[in-house]
Amino acid sequence: METINKTSHAFISDLNPTEIGIHPSVLEAANETLSSTQIPTTRVEAWKYTRVAQLGKRKFQKGSDSVDSIDGFRLENTQGPLVFVNGQFSEALSDTSSIAKGITAQPLSSLGSNALPTSIVPLHHELFHAINTVHLNDGVRITIDKNSQHKQPVHIIHVVSGEDVMANFKTVLHCGAFSEAGMVQSFVSLNDSNGFVNATHEIFVEENAHFNLDKIQNESPGNTHIGTDQVVQDANSVFTINTITLNGGLVRNNLSIEVKGQNCETNLNGAYVLDGKQHVDNHTTVDHKVANCVSNELYKGVIDDHATAVFNGKVFVRQNAQKINAFQSNGNVLLSDSGSVNSKPELEIYADDVRCSHGSTTGQLDEDAIFYLRARGLSEKSARRLLVSAFIGEVIEKISYPASKEYVFSVLCDRFGWNFD
Amino acid sequence: MIKIENLHASIEDKEILKGLNLEVNAGEVHAIMGPNGAGKSTLASVLAGRDNYEITEGSIDFDGNDLLEMEVEDRAREGLFLAFQYPVEIPGVSNINFLRTALNDIREYRGEEAISAKDFMARVREKSALVELDAKLASRSVNEGFSGGEKKRNEIFQMAMLEPKLAILDETDSGLDIDALRIVANGVNKLKSPENAIVIITHYQRLLDHIVPDVVHVLYDGRIVKSGPKELALELEEKGYDWIKEELAQA
Repeated sequence: METINKTSHAFISDLNPTEIGIHPSVLEAANETLSSTQIPTTRVEAWKYTRVAQLGKRKFQKGSDSVDSIDGFRLENTQGPLVFVNGQFSEALSDTSSIAKGITAQPLSSLGSNALPTSIVPLHHELFHAINTVHLNDGVRITIDKNSQHKQPVHIIHVVSGEDVMANFKTVLHCGAFSEAGMVQSFVSLNDSNGFVNATHEIFVEENAHFNLDKIQNESPGNTHIGTDQVVQDANSVFTINTITLNGGLVRNNLSIEVKGQNCETNLNGAYVLDGKQHVDNHTTVDHKVANCVSNELYKGVIDDHATAVFNGKVFVRQNAQKINAFQSNGNVLLSDSGSVNSKPELEIYADDVRCSHGSTTGQLDEDAIFYLRARGLSEKSARRLLVSAFIGEVIEKISYPASKEYVFSVLCDRFGWNFD
Repeated sequence: MIKIENLHASIEDKEILKGLNLEVNAGEVHAIMGPNGAGKSTLASVLAGRDNYEITEGSIDFDGNDLLEMEVEDRAREGLFLAFQYPVEIPGVSNINFLRTALNDIREYRGEEAISAKDFMARVREKSALVELDAKLASRSVNEGFSGGEKKRNEIFQMAMLEPKLAILDETDSGLDIDALRIVANGVNKLKSPENAIVIITHYQRLLDHIVPDVVHVLYDGRIVKSGPKELALELEEKGYDWIKEELAQA
């Protein structure tokens, strides 16, 4: 990445410095990155297929901190919700009383000067992560107590609303040893245009903890969303993330999982459904640092119209990480002639006793199957819907919680008429 | 029911059907036999509406409709059914979901109400029993991981669910062991009625021991060259097709 001293970023010059209690050293590092890093161009390898340069020509504002109603975004059988509007906590729309004993869920703004004592995410000149830190509106800290178990996930709703709004939002999550819990995070839009959600997650899964995260992105087609998620797993832990992108204009998900302890299981599933001129880019990294772990990665996308998708999945198996089973797969269906996909599964293996596989497929729907279905009386449209639903359904079925699964089903049914019986 | 007149069909400029005539009435079972390459599967594909064949001449009247002008799905909705020689595997789509969508699309076409979940499931139970298809297979993905026999039974199960006017069984017997053959034949016999008709396209006579045809036709070199009673099938089984070729050469 090009480094120039004292770069000024006009597109965020209207945003105020954060009021969240971030540790001075973290803030200083972020400010340093911000002033020395330009918006990445497509000449930067990690941004080769995703153009963000035009963001620099825009002018973002801080948004309002409330909306009239979040009906339609609530999910059954979840705890909460904790609601954030344009990155800011809305006490009026939230229900913290339903959070179970054993879970602490607090807005960062309520934690005073000690809200973010450290950060696990090295900045590495990551501009958007630096902006997130320097201009952090608010976020949530969730702590699952050691040994505590919870069937119902905590629901966090993030609403973007208004014009040219930028929301810098952070989730910090600690899953205590031997705990079992989960979270559903909904990113949604309400009367917004040209917004920019810049969100980060820092997730620590301690020894023997089990944690599921359903991340549902359903923002408007004019919105930009950049997510930077960092996960660290200790020994014997199980971590599952399902990233479902239902809508959004330009979506970039950076997901990086560091597996530090032995005997861990890591599951990363992703589905993305695009039409119009949407662009969705999933960049994932699983870093197996130690032996005897398994990771399963399945990302699938359906691309229509002029939409474009990017999948870049990297799995590292370090030198001493023997007996690793790592599976990675990306599948895409193109429904139009003008949609496109760039898929790049990568394995970097330094150990010699491992079982790893990766694969990538991109194609059209099976015409023989369409003929077969039509020969039984289905219209061509029904036949195509059925095949698309079946294709993407493989990932949707993996969503951890029935409430989020139902929500995804209903959005896909309303938007595309897809049916998943 | 169906009247095929002087049908000519080509694929990539190669003429396969060369003036085929066939008429099947309601309540009848016809068998079409013939050697490899005679055009049996081409006939089935043309009837179902596969678009890689070019019809250069002739007509097909299906119950008063010009079949060749109809879309694939409309043929099915008007009551034409093809049991595929090679049923397609469709991962992720359950038989149940597929058949409910098919039934409801057909009902919508006919201006009828969608079938209720209860009636649908009752029908699935009844019809799957007809071909001794395990109820579990009914809820599995369409043909995925099915044995050859299960795939063919699934075709007849679909036929039972959709209750077509005209069913064309394209080599449904090939690859079946004797038990599966008996089950498939029993299923078809139970679906036979004075209102519908069945055309069995086959290479072998043995299916016709179980489903007795009213007429047997010999398809050779793109035309029906001989038609006769059910005994003709036995004669073909015994003597092969060479004597037909000789008869034709002499004529």
